[in-house]
Amino acid sequence: MFGGGGMGGPGGFIRAPMPGGGPGGPGGGLTRAADLTDEAVFGKVYDHKVVTRMARYLKNYKAGVAIAFVSMVIATLTLLFMPLLFADGINIIETNDPTKLDIIVRYFVNAFHVQGSSNILTTVFIIFVINGLIALGSQYLQQYAMSNVGRGLLLTLRMQMFEHLEQLSLSFYDRNEVGRIMSRLQNDVGSLQEILSNGVLLVFASLISLIGIIIIIMYMNARLALLTMTVIPVLAVVMMVWQTYLKKAFIRVRQAISVVNADLQENISGAKVIQSLSREKINYQRFDNLNWENLDANISATRRATGLQPVVELLLGAAIALVIIYGGSQAIAGNLLLGSLVAFVLYVQNFFNPIRDLSMQYVELQRAMASCQRIFEVLDTKIEMVDAPDAIELPRIQGKIDYNHISFQYLKDREVLHDVDLHIQPGETIAFVGSTGAGKSTMVALVDRFYEVSQGSLTIDGYDVRKVTQESLRKQIGVVLQDPFLFSGTIKENIAYARADYTQDKLIEAAKAVGAHDFIMRLDKGYDTMLQERGSNLSQGQRQLISFARAVLSDPRILILDEATASIDTQTEVIIQQALKQLLKGRTSLVIAHRLSTIHDANRVVVMENGRIVEIGNHKELIEKKGVYYHLYTMSYAYNDENGPPQEKHGTT
Amino acid sequence: MRIVSRLIGLTRKYWKWLIVAFTCLILATAASLIVPILIGDAVNNALHTDATTLKVTGNMHLLVMYGIGILVLSLLRGLFTFGQNYYSEFIGQNVAYDLRNSLYDRIQHLSFSFHDTAQTGQLMSRATQDVEGVRFSLSGGMVRMIYIVTLFTSISIIMFTINWRLTLVSFACLPFIGYVAIVLVTKLRPLWTRIQQQMASMGTVLQENLSGIRVVKAFSRQQYERQKFEKEAHILYDDQIRVARIQAFGGPFMTFLTTIASSLVLWYGGMQVIQGHLTAGQLTTFYIYLGLLIPPIRMLGPIVDLTSRGIASGQRIFEILDTQSAVQEKPNAQVLANINGDVKFTGVNFKYQRIGSRETPGNILEDINLETKSGEMVALLGATGSGKTTLVNLIPRFYDVTAGSITIDGIDIRDVTLDSLRKNVGIVQQDVFLFTGTIRDNIAYGAVNATEEDIINATKSAQLHDYIKSLPNGYDTWVGERGVTLSGGQKQRLSIARTLLINPRILILDDSTSSVDTETEYLIQQALRELMKGRTTFVIAQRLQTVKDAEQIFVLDKGKIVERGTHLQLLKEGKIYGQIYELQLRAQEEALGSEVKR
Repeated sequence: MFGGGGMGGPGGFIRAPMPGGGPGGPGGGLTRAADLTDEAVFGKVYDHKVVTRMARYLKNYKAGVAIAFVSMVIATLTLLFMPLLFADGINIIETNDPTKLDIIVRYFVNAFHVQGSSNILTTVFIIFVINGLIALGSQYLQQYAMSNVGRGLLLTLRMQMFEHLEQLSLSFYDRNEVGRIMSRLQNDVGSLQEILSNGVLLVFASLISLIGIIIIIMYMNARLALLTMTVIPVLAVVMMVWQTYLKKAFIRVRQAISVVNADLQENISGAKVIQSLSREKINYQRFDNLNWENLDANISATRRATGLQPVVELLLGAAIALVIIYGGSQAIAGNLLLGSLVAFVLYVQNFFNPIRDLSMQYVELQRAMASCQRIFEVLDTKIEMVDAPDAIELPRIQGKIDYNHISFQYLKDREVLHDVDLHIQPGETIAFVGSTGAGKSTMVALVDRFYEVSQGSLTIDGYDVRKVTQESLRKQIGVVLQDPFLFSGTIKENIAYARADYTQDKLIEAAKAVGAHDFIMRLDKGYDTMLQERGSNLSQGQRQLISFARAVLSDPRILILDEATASIDTQTEVIIQQALKQLLKGRTSLVIAHRLSTIHDANRVVVMENGRIVEIGNHKELIEKKGVYYHLYTMSYAYNDENGPPQEKHGTT
Repeated sequence: MRIVSRLIGLTRKYWKWLIVAFTCLILATAASLIVPILIGDAVNNALHTDATTLKVTGNMHLLVMYGIGILVLSLLRGLFTFGQNYYSEFIGQNVAYDLRNSLYDRIQHLSFSFHDTAQTGQLMSRATQDVEGVRFSLSGGMVRMIYIVTLFTSISIIMFTINWRLTLVSFACLPFIGYVAIVLVTKLRPLWTRIQQQMASMGTVLQENLSGIRVVKAFSRQQYERQKFEKEAHILYDDQIRVARIQAFGGPFMTFLTTIASSLVLWYGGMQVIQGHLTAGQLTTFYIYLGLLIPPIRMLGPIVDLTSRGIASGQRIFEILDTQSAVQEKPNAQVLANINGDVKFTGVNFKYQRIGSRETPGNILEDINLETKSGEMVALLGATGSGKTTLVNLIPRFYDVTAGSITIDGIDIRDVTLDSLRKNVGIVQQDVFLFTGTIRDNIAYGAVNATEEDIINATKSAQLHDYIKSLPNGYDTWVGERGVTLSGGQKQRLSIARTLLINPRILILDDSTSSVDTETEYLIQQALRELMKGRTTFVIAQRLQTVKDAEQIFVLDKGKIVERGTHLQLLKEGKIYGQIYELQLRAQEEALGSEVKR
């Protein structure tokens, strides 16, 4: 009986729900805390759809689930058996009457013809030990099988979510913050872990032992059993009411801590700004308020969570007192043996454990349901961009791009591109110019088929991008983003990102072509230098060069370049200019241009305004036209020249 | 041990509650211990089995008394347990609150040299997970440890008084249990650490994939990334299974050992009863005590774990709390007010003092001497890493000079309060940080008492008013996380408005209008002009116009001022400035000169 939580008593206090540490957890750690405010923390305790769907996952683990379940039943039964064994021991000492033993022990005693109280006591002892061994084995099997199932299932879920996320189109990522998606893959899967490895079985185990105890005490003395059981409905009602009361407190705790963490995060990231604006005092006051609210929420939750204790203890005391008084009178009346009376007390104490467990699992189950729902929500997000069933591999292309009267909208009724018609010849360099929101980025994203056009079509070498596989399409298109995204890993891995089949020579050649080789060789470990997250141990210019090298190595037919404008020192700037020339050579290039030199060198400049192409031509033509381009151009550079014609200044050198 | 005593010291403020908690603890323990005695006594005294007739006789009155006694004691036990749990949690929560506040305060006051190297994620994990770790170890670990020790000692004493032989028999399993607990802890701890690390590296892969999804897709590397993720997820899975296997054996095995103890007590005790050395009631009481003892013994492992985690967390927290800000305010610092804005650098040297770094860094700035008059504009030029940004960061004392001095109107900046100094020095930073809140809040961030009129004027000067007005909620538009996203140019203008509102005498500009389109750039330039009017201005210059307008130009190279003068003077000299001009600035001019006819 000492297994599985012992005999009630103070052992129970250890299992009392820990406020904050329970559903609140450590505030979700580093995840975007604010997520939780508009997402339900608790779901229904039983959501049929969710459960059946989870059950489908379990199908792959039939054997594991069966083993876990059977061994759980056995383990529960062995635990239930222990007080009975104790009663046997006491009864045999008191009465020396083998008929007072329970069925199982009596069976063994008869089978082996054991006689005499001390011999029977020894038999009880042996059965006790064997029972313990069975408990050991079955508990081990149960836990091991269940965690195998649980972890395996989580692994499957993680992989499924990851794969799914990788297939979702960019518009999904435009709509959803990374932090939120992260939280689903980490926190929600994590919170399932608990319930899967312990919770579900614990619910069944609690139910079985509750029923088992009722059967046993009914069998021992029906009247006494019924009498003691009168406390159960009272307890159940109290716990139910308490639980909803607690839930509110926990939700408040959770919200309070996420607000604290969000503020903390913001103030740490913005510490420098705060110091330069001397806001420390005000911000401290604000943080203190939030922190205080969190403390208050936690303390009131604690009060609620621990407040149940006296009620439960009182009911437990009442049940035991009933057993002693009424059971004692029954014993005097000759209807109950002393040993059985003691066993009765032990059972009644054990009675409360499953009820307590169930009420705790109730909260856990609700949380798990909510997590499941959020996970399935991700898995159910429709993949907008799938290869057509008859999609072909795009053969090696020349690089002719045709925008055929394309319209595009990210959201319904918010058209971003209107009837754009543009035809680009292989090897051409096209510079896109226009103010923010004019549609430049959308234009180039369509070539990669990151988004689906709503009208018209985009063809490459005459192939509609929707009719070729995404992989074969993108393999021939290189992209260099304004903020070069590097992965943690070595420099080599980052340059070779697009090509797993690179050779060392080719790699170095690519790095040399863009002028990255020199600085890489100056690093401690050269090409094997580890980059920190996002390459933060390199300067902006260096990161840019590595992303150039990456593009050169992948040797695409079409190159898309979102030109970086962040400040780079002069020397790097010169290197980058040269690298750019190298990069654009012999490819069809679409450049979202910021640098004057790039615009100059482009074959054609496409000027965009509000989702339309308003002017096309080379720099010179457009300047002469004195239209939109001329206006943009003069506005940005003309004022540079108020103090006199630069030619004159130039002449002074 | 030093950390343990320091952790305990955190509770000193709450000593009254601590006393309450411990009193409750002792009383709850006492109540728990008396209940089994009552049950045993009820069986012993109120009931009696006649050995020959097997008939049970008894005293009903006594039985009822025992029943009531049990009821009352149970209630008392419940109340005291409540008190103990509530007050220990109360203390824990309060300590967590204190720690969060002091961490926050400390982090806010640590100078830039700390923030340069510290990672937000790292600091966050200390302020969240480690604070929780300490809280758990205080309210859970410490109090429970005392509870267990109290309980264990008192139960052992009672058991010994009942029957010492039986006590020894039942304690025979204790060393084994202790051994198993230690083995479990030592085996599990490294695994847990590994799992934590693995979670982190899996998280990194995930984070990178989600933020870099464009790159992944553009290079068609989904397959590769999936394998990468699968590998990480599998390593995690394997470690978790390893833990599960150990736990699946450890827990049940400990239970088994306690079962052995119980069965031994029943067997040996039963024999003693048969031999008349012990009564059945005593055996029952004994048995119940043993039952009381076992759960706490099994809790020892987790408690040790909790405590060691608390110590580790405490160490990480104290590390931050003990970090002294490199920039300290003098106790008798005066308030800097009504200044003209004459700034003077005299023989300034600066080197970063990196904590924990073995290499002794060289000087970032060396022998800087410069002087500006009120209202002058100073342009700083030089390659990345030449020390421009460091130089301007010394003026508001984000860092302290290593040697030499900086004065404003002749007053050493180390002699004035940080607050008053920084109110007089405004910075428009390259990287604009927006706080969650409305646009108005963000503009008035440094000037809380600004009137609506002030704010609108500042925003107008910063060329941002029209845009804000065009938003549905105008100045009440929410920005930052979950708010509208402002473009780079808009952010920069907001930052300019923010600085205008503080109305500093000295202005520092990191003039790189990054990632903005031409029209926006024009607006920013306009806003900047407005901002610089009549202020002493230091500009880290990228634009030709700014450089030309400057009264003084300083060219920095490897931390030294290598050239100084006006645009024309320096062009004539034709050294470094000449080169920069050739490389970068002239391209801007040529483009204009050749094609734009004014």
